[in-house]
Amino acid sequence: MAVGVWQRLDQAGRNLVPFSTTVAAMLLGMMPLQLPDYSFVAPPLTLMSIYYWAIYRPDLLRPLLAFGIGLLQDLLAGSPLGMSALVYVLAYWLVLTQRRYFLGNSFWFLWLGFALVAVGAGAVQWLAYSLMTAHLVGPGNIVAQALLAIVVFPVPAWCFSKLHRSLLSAS
Amino acid sequence: MRALLQRFSFLLMVLAAIGLMMMTRADPVFIDAARARVTDAFAPILGFIARPAGAVASVLESGRQLTALYAENERLRQDNERLRQWQQTALRLEAENNSLRGLLAYKPDPAASYITARVIADPGGAFVRTLVVMAGQRDGVRRGQAAMAGQGVIGRVVQVGEWSSRILLVTDLNARIPVVLETTRQRAMLSGDNSDQPRLMYIPRGVEPTVGERVFTSGHGGLFPAGLPVGIVAATHDGETRVTPIVDLSRIEYVQLVDFGIPGGLAAEAAQPGAMQ
Repeated sequence: MAVGVWQRLDQAGRNLVPFSTTVAAMLLGMMPLQLPDYSFVAPPLTLMSIYYWAIYRPDLLRPLLAFGIGLLQDLLAGSPLGMSALVYVLAYWLVLTQRRYFLGNSFWFLWLGFALVAVGAGAVQWLAYSLMTAHLVGPGNIVAQALLAIVVFPVPAWCFSKLHRSLLSAS
Repeated sequence: MRALLQRFSFLLMVLAAIGLMMMTRADPVFIDAARARVTDAFAPILGFIARPAGAVASVLESGRQLTALYAENERLRQDNERLRQWQQTALRLEAENNSLRGLLAYKPDPAASYITARVIADPGGAFVRTLVVMAGQRDGVRRGQAAMAGQGVIGRVVQVGEWSSRILLVTDLNARIPVVLETTRQRAMLSGDNSDQPRLMYIPRGVEPTVGERVFTSGHGGLFPAGLPVGIVAATHDGETRVTPIVDLSRIEYVQLVDFGIPGGLAAEAAQPGAMQ
């Protein structure tokens, strides 16, 4: 039977999952939770999503999309335009070169890889921001953010893998 | 060949990102417009997400309050008693003030109008202290207006879209507010540095702010009117004075944007280094 238009639409929708989860993660990360000091150290959900999909389905989340999502986040968050984009593209690059180590290995490798990416992302942001403002920003928040991100990573990663298995396993 | 191409495209994107970051410093007007557009476009979604978040936050909050109900009640009773006395004093002083102003033919400041808006996003991150609120140009929000919550100043409007706008909090690295100390009437600049407690700068030698005294806007620079409470002096050592904002900045649900009718556009547009202008 020829592939019907509904089937193709369905497939297209499924192929959008990595992109849409990343955007959703970004918006969720901006929720005003009204917890003291939370928003300064809020774990970077967007980075986790990009990391996950860059490892498992890089064909559905191209680097250019990661760049675009970074720009969108900068515009929305009021951070220097290009900073998140830079971080995401560099993270993507790093993941792509090391992909075969993470893929297929145990979850511990995935976690370890994210820890490296989170620390690297924090360092890049800190450096970029300090250079931009010509002001040595205290690294406390960035360190706390990276640590928190590493600790909570399994939770979003579990959600991504659920989505991944249920919506994209056929392809 | 393909790997080479890929590497090249990555390099291109990295350079583009760095270029954009430099451009942010050079041409804020164009980028500001883009920010306002994008924030407008996403405001309905952010507003939608923020509602359940508010519910979750209030559940957490009420749980915390339950544990301290008795002590809180006792404290409030004492507070109430003390405030009643103050109210009497305030009423007496107001009457006296009015009559003295009448004697002097004093020209009062233009009356303020308020716009109340819901906070829909707290995008923060490690470097920026801003809030996005659901009110914009069509509601009368203008750039440079003071933002208040409860009884104190929390920041000012730095970006206005059609139906959303952004507030730069007093703790942000780029926030500068001219203030005056309560007891000495000494002028200073309250300068955010991304920590929870902004710093008081440009205090002359010999003036020692006392811990616990309040800090008000001074009205210099024409951005804010004089006499709005901003914070309380928390600590001073090694000539560095820190101020605790009078409002808990992490728990703001609604803000009041205040239009004091001051023609202070120039100061509002004055360039500052950094991302948020």
